[in-house]
Amino acid sequence: MNAYYAGILQGSLLTVGVSLCALLVSIGLGLLGAAAKLSGRPVMVALATGYTTIIRGIPDLVVMLLVFYGGTIGINHLLEWSGSKATVDINPFLAGVLTIGFIYGAYMTETFRGAILSIPKGQTEAAWAFGMSRPQTFLRITMPQMVRYALPSFTNNWLVLIKATALVSLIGLKEMTYLAKQASAATRSPFEFFLFTAGLFLIYTTVSLYALRKLNARYSLGTKRGQL
Amino acid sequence: MKWHVIFEPQNLELYGTGILTTLGLLFSSLAVGGVLALIFALLLTGPWAPLRWLVGAYTYVIRGTPLLIQVYLIYYGLGQLEWIQARWDDVWPWTHFKEPFFCALLAFSLNTAGYTAEMLAGAIRETSAGEIEAAQSFGMSRFQVMLRVVLPSAMRRTLPAYSNEVVMMLQSTSLASAVPSMLDVTAAASRVYSDYYLPFEAYLAAAAIYLVASFCLIGVFKLSERHWLAYLAPRKH
Repeated sequence: MNAYYAGILQGSLLTVGVSLCALLVSIGLGLLGAAAKLSGRPVMVALATGYTTIIRGIPDLVVMLLVFYGGTIGINHLLEWSGSKATVDINPFLAGVLTIGFIYGAYMTETFRGAILSIPKGQTEAAWAFGMSRPQTFLRITMPQMVRYALPSFTNNWLVLIKATALVSLIGLKEMTYLAKQASAATRSPFEFFLFTAGLFLIYTTVSLYALRKLNARYSLGTKRGQL
Repeated sequence: MKWHVIFEPQNLELYGTGILTTLGLLFSSLAVGGVLALIFALLLTGPWAPLRWLVGAYTYVIRGTPLLIQVYLIYYGLGQLEWIQARWDDVWPWTHFKEPFFCALLAFSLNTAGYTAEMLAGAIRETSAGEIEAAQSFGMSRFQVMLRVVLPSAMRRTLPAYSNEVVMMLQSTSLASAVPSMLDVTAAASRVYSDYYLPFEAYLAAAAIYLVASFCLIGVFKLSERHWLAYLAPRKH
């Protein structure tokens, strides 16, 4: 019995790993998407709008199954077509990270776009007037201020992303939900194991919430709050 | 791509059954969850501190754990409890715990109730003080103020956030496919995939169905916002 609990606890490391890697992918895609939406070039805007609209209208699970099963066959067809005899199995970790990252990239795009729009236009204009290049302006002026506006919605996205990692168990990654399901099948006492896993998720979300609140306080230093 | 497989009668029927199950799950869990959410929101903003605490803890746990685990807990977990096992063969409410549809419905309802209750409670708390004072100065009782002034306005102001929740719920129903013997749209796609080994066609068809359903729901909410939130819309003249 205890071995199962230890196993689930170990699986939680994988959950943390998947979620953090997926977060990095989604932040990258989110920044790219926000840049595309704000670029004003019709093709880029249309591409990014299509990405965010379609992804947010399809269940995470369906996207995941599509990438996992479809991706495996697609790659193998490609290999066959190029004359290679090798077959490839997609690693569930990679499939999970990429799909969750891809899905939450769409949500992050909206978060970052809104945050960038909240920064007064004078800030970037002043940076240009000082002769800063576009990347310099982004790194020195836009990004540090964007964090504050993006954090509330970023926190939401992150909490939803953490919970989405439980879905990766359905494509066979041995993270804690998967291990809990196995343990309950083996011992016929599902209640304890699922409750234990739920508790671990709750700890993870609570710690995240606490850390992001601290971060928010750090990035809101020196901003004036209206007093009612 | 072999799209013609999707349009074969038996597969169309499979997707059709899936759509009915998905929509059935969605609307019944929204109905049950909506009633629960209203009760919870009233308790969250009510005068009894222990109940506020209890409901607050409930929404915190529901919102902090994955829906998949909640579904597993109800579908696999509750069946393990001897207390329920002793009853689910003949005592009435407990006989339902053997049905996958009921278990999925229960999990989804409890889940959406947690999220919706917090939204509604937020809207109730943000009701402007003037509206409440005006109602009180007309001599309305606490109950009347709630029923006639606070709730109608709070429910309207929850609409935009609630439309998000409904679309999220539509997508969450895809988790029903994780329960064996539930045939929703995702499960139908999985069956077509395993029968024909055509993942792209099978899951893309499911994705298209969800996309259309999402757009319809969003459209309905846009219309109802135009109707019920007309007084908050920016002035056009």
